[in-house]
Amino acid sequence: MQLKLEPRGFQSKFWSYASPVLAIALTIATMAVIFLVLGKDPVISLYTFLIEPLVAENGATELLVKASPLILMGVGISLAYRANVWDIGAEGEFTIGALFGGGIGLAFPDLPFSLLFPLMLIAGMIGGMLWAMLVALLRTQFNANEILTSLMLTYIAQLILIYMVTGPWRDPQGFGFPQTAMFSANATNPTIIEGTRLHLGIFFALAAAAAGWLLLTRSLLGFQLRVQGFAPRAARFAGFKETRLVWTALALTGGLAGIAGTLEVSGPIGQLTPQISPGYGYTAIIVAFLGRLHPIGVVFAALLLGLSYLGGEAAQIELALPSAVTGIFQGVLLFYLLGCDTLILYRLRLRSSRPAALRA
Amino acid sequence: MDFHYTSFLLSVVVASTPLLLAAAGELVAERAGVLNLGVEGMMLVSAVIAFAVAVTTGSSTLGILAGVSAGVLTSLIFAVLTLSFLSNQVATGLALTIFGTGLSALIGKAYVGMVVKRLPQIHVPGLSDIPFFGPVFFGQDVLVYLSFALVCAIYWFLFKTHAGLVLRAVGDSHDAAHAIGFPVIKIRYLAVMFGGGMAGLAGAYMAIAYNTSWSEGMTAGRGWIALALVVFATWRPFWLVVGAYLFGSIMYLSLYIQGFGVHIPSQFISALPYASTVVVLVAISRDRKRIRLNAPASLGKTFHAAG
Repeated sequence: MQLKLEPRGFQSKFWSYASPVLAIALTIATMAVIFLVLGKDPVISLYTFLIEPLVAENGATELLVKASPLILMGVGISLAYRANVWDIGAEGEFTIGALFGGGIGLAFPDLPFSLLFPLMLIAGMIGGMLWAMLVALLRTQFNANEILTSLMLTYIAQLILIYMVTGPWRDPQGFGFPQTAMFSANATNPTIIEGTRLHLGIFFALAAAAAGWLLLTRSLLGFQLRVQGFAPRAARFAGFKETRLVWTALALTGGLAGIAGTLEVSGPIGQLTPQISPGYGYTAIIVAFLGRLHPIGVVFAALLLGLSYLGGEAAQIELALPSAVTGIFQGVLLFYLLGCDTLILYRLRLRSSRPAALRA
Repeated sequence: MDFHYTSFLLSVVVASTPLLLAAAGELVAERAGVLNLGVEGMMLVSAVIAFAVAVTTGSSTLGILAGVSAGVLTSLIFAVLTLSFLSNQVATGLALTIFGTGLSALIGKAYVGMVVKRLPQIHVPGLSDIPFFGPVFFGQDVLVYLSFALVCAIYWFLFKTHAGLVLRAVGDSHDAAHAIGFPVIKIRYLAVMFGGGMAGLAGAYMAIAYNTSWSEGMTAGRGWIALALVVFATWRPFWLVVGAYLFGSIMYLSLYIQGFGVHIPSQFISALPYASTVVVLVAISRDRKRIRLNAPASLGKTFHAAG
């Protein structure tokens, strides 16, 4: 008897929705084993990791704070990956966006909020776009693999951030800490519920998801992106310009990541520091896959991955576990998801080896 | 600070060796048609395992062996998903790097701050004492020699043996290779595991020769640079040596300049290896014909035998 994969010949709608559910279940089971190996009670650990952050005070709003940047970047990444544009540098675009947006906030602290804050967001968007379009330039003009260039640019972006906050933009009153001054009240991303950290980001995130959904399902550009990814030859015959789609996909990803970066530093963080992201840009890749490369799915996926950050913090404080369990959870989840996704295109069949031998 | 050619060259060798080891393994996997973007993750897991074993047992040899095993095991996760479950290679490789970064941080937590004895440099009486040439050619650690031996062996295997020809055939057209009757999946499993073992050697080298301690994310993108080196070498083993030593020099120079007190912000100098990677990728990739002629034609594509 042998387990065989047999092509379905079509995409199973059922499994494209069931696969994430199965993957999440398998991930939770695996996490229980990992907690056990680490010498912790698996039930208490899972509760601390997955439930407690939600029932804690401000749990729901904290979750939305974590989910907002993930949604913004996950939407952009989904659109790009659909067109086979493998940008893995959202983390860098986020960083450069934060520098551009934050830079405007630091330069003009006294402009009125209604002028300054939109300016910061636009600057952040432009920053992220420019960084991503560097990748587009390298791919379209020089045929350079965007996976490697976008990642290298992320390392460079982080070093630029460190340079700016330890050098030219360092707060002279900051006791030598590598950080800028706090943003002025006019340059601050306001909280929308008193007493919480929930900021405007969630509105931008939901708007991006809605716009992304419209673009993907209701526009010619969305159609072109999908065809480009699914059947590049067909896209060529239809006269779609691959170069233009690559530029568009990267501009979208970068712009959204730049907005996310600006919202994050002007909101929850309040200043520019060397550490402005716990790896949101990489997590957003998992968000995109878990959300089926679909802007609406991304919203739900971002909530789960956002929870993994809160769970990591809770596990660190209460169970004395390293916060790295967040990374493990995310990696294991993506492994299972990719494995389960096989069921979308293939069905598992038990086959005895005899008929196969007869056929041969 | 004086410039010592000997110590400079020795340091360049140490900086280049992990790049060469990891890239050589990836080259074999890619020649078989599998693009494993998880090199960074495999290196990190191997580095922490090698370090943990070396520190507990006091034996570099056991550390290296443990590192290689860890590399093979992590590559097996990738192999099962991409080759048996037919998952997308790019996404799975990314997952491996994300997973490996988290796992290594988790395991490594207990070992932060510990120091291990450096992998010893061999000493050939007489030869190693020749000024300049002695230490450079006869005074390196065993993995440096092994890295060169492995590159030669890989070249010999890929281009001078029948098995290597079959491996390249699988990488160039898995359908044709399958039709002739070659076991495509089995060959790819072996190639991926070899790549994992080499990434394991590279990780072990990072933890017990390049450094003698563990720190989170200590490979600092070397796994990704190794991937770029394979493109730089256009999938030819000996060009990897050129690429790895070029990048090893850049990496060491960026450390050296900082120690020298040149008034350039240190971040700009630290960015040099990454910026150089982009420049080199552009320089090589812009010649589309050369890439198309040399890249394995089935690279990154999923294979499923019909019937």
